[in-house]
Amino acid sequence: MGNTSSMLTQYDIEEVQQHCKDAFTQQEIVSLYQRFCQLDRNNCGFIPSDEFLSIPEFAVNPLSQSLLRMLDGLNFKEFVAFLSAFSPRATLHHKIEFIFKVYDTDCNGKVSFHDVLRALRDLTGPFMSEKQREKL
Amino acid sequence: MNNLGTLKTSSSELDLDRPNIEDYLPSGSTIQQEPHGKLLLHDLLDISPTLSEAAGAIVDDSFTRCFKSNPPEPWNWNVYLFPLWCFGVVIRYLILFPIRVLGLTLGWIIFLSSFIPVHFLLKGHDKLRRSIERSLVEMMCSFFVASWTGVVKYHGPRPSRRPKQVFVANHTSMIDFIILEQMTAFAVIMQKHPGWVGLLQGTILESLGCIWFNRTEAKDREIVAKKLRDHVQGADNNPLLIFPEGTCVNNHYTVMFKKGAFELGCTVCPVAIKYNKIFVDAFWNSRKQSFTMHLLQLMTSWAVVCDVWYLEPQNLKPGETPIEFAERVRDIISVRAGLKKVPWDGYLKYSRPSPKHRERKQQNFAESVLRRLEEK
Repeated sequence: MGNTSSMLTQYDIEEVQQHCKDAFTQQEIVSLYQRFCQLDRNNCGFIPSDEFLSIPEFAVNPLSQSLLRMLDGLNFKEFVAFLSAFSPRATLHHKIEFIFKVYDTDCNGKVSFHDVLRALRDLTGPFMSEKQREKL
Repeated sequence: MNNLGTLKTSSSELDLDRPNIEDYLPSGSTIQQEPHGKLLLHDLLDISPTLSEAAGAIVDDSFTRCFKSNPPEPWNWNVYLFPLWCFGVVIRYLILFPIRVLGLTLGWIIFLSSFIPVHFLLKGHDKLRRSIERSLVEMMCSFFVASWTGVVKYHGPRPSRRPKQVFVANHTSMIDFIILEQMTAFAVIMQKHPGWVGLLQGTILESLGCIWFNRTEAKDREIVAKKLRDHVQGADNNPLLIFPEGTCVNNHYTVMFKKGAFELGCTVCPVAIKYNKIFVDAFWNSRKQSFTMHLLQLMTSWAVVCDVWYLEPQNLKPGETPIEFAERVRDIISVRAGLKKVPWDGYLKYSRPSPKHRERKQQNFAESVLRRLEEK
């Protein structure tokens, strides 16, 4: 796969860059594309959830389920937009918006008590009782 | 000259092309130190460290890197380099390959015509039969190695046949076994394969005293452990060779060693194998190609060049657990062969990580939060 950058034209790269609001340099987008192609083994244009779970570092992360929900069926442009929240060039507002989206599981634009409880449940697993979580 | 271009893809260039993970940690996420004081809602809601770890894993993770085969970088992009490369292809496929196939077939004929009679006729004289079979297998492996024009340099003292010793080596491909077998007839423990490989395993390798296991069967482990122990005790058995990584890795990294080999209570002799990637990438990516294709690929390359180091035998130090022992030996092998160590279990190639790891993280988080709740 040494030549995947030739499959991305300059227009593509600029379009993706615009979409993620310049959070990544062009070289970074090329590397992300190589990574995307590496994960998207069947070349279907998106990465199946299974593939994410086969990365051990990702699978052991407590928040993997919530993230998988957001990552499902993303094409490359959306994939880069997703990761743009983690770029050092992303604004604080952007990052907070991202964290908000992770909490807001039912995508209604609001983070309710239940949403927070659910995230806490993911993070703590069986090591905290429901009552303790509610108390928090 | 197949992969002369791969000289360029040294690890430094690989890292330049990849975005640096550390750049992507959002500022203020290093809450590694224990925060004290009142539990603020902010601390509870700030899931950024966990998120950054997840994003880091998505962008690049050390486990997948272990199994990446080097893509052959084309060096034939020029007007005069291209005919040279074509000439090379012609030589490799039309001249070298048939010669090698002929040589290999000849070797098989000689081997089978000597092995089968010896195996059946000398049934009574076990010792003699075993030593002849050993030499025959060694000879057959030399034929194999010659069929890829293998240039193997052995360093260190030749393994001796003694009871209570086990050899461990890093694993890149099934040909590791053939290369080591050429010099000394080992009894190896392998996964039972289907197809013609399985047939070979059942017949010829059985006579060497090899042990089989099945990765997918859970109970298999105890049976195999017992077989290992029995084998090591016997003075007459061939020295045992184990690949503790449990799977093929791409010769740039080593994954965690399984402790089975280190719990047998005997001396462990490490062997380090390093292939020279300039000539051919000997990594058998079992997800991408079958063993037959892998062999064919080797036979149509210029050469297989590797170094084998027989290292100093190690013993379990007093107060050391088998896991620590395994890690120490992995260290020795990695340093000698110039490989990087990776803290993952090779079997994760086939299965998901157990929930234990996730639970440990959850436990840490829960405990720290609860502690701060008490402090309120």
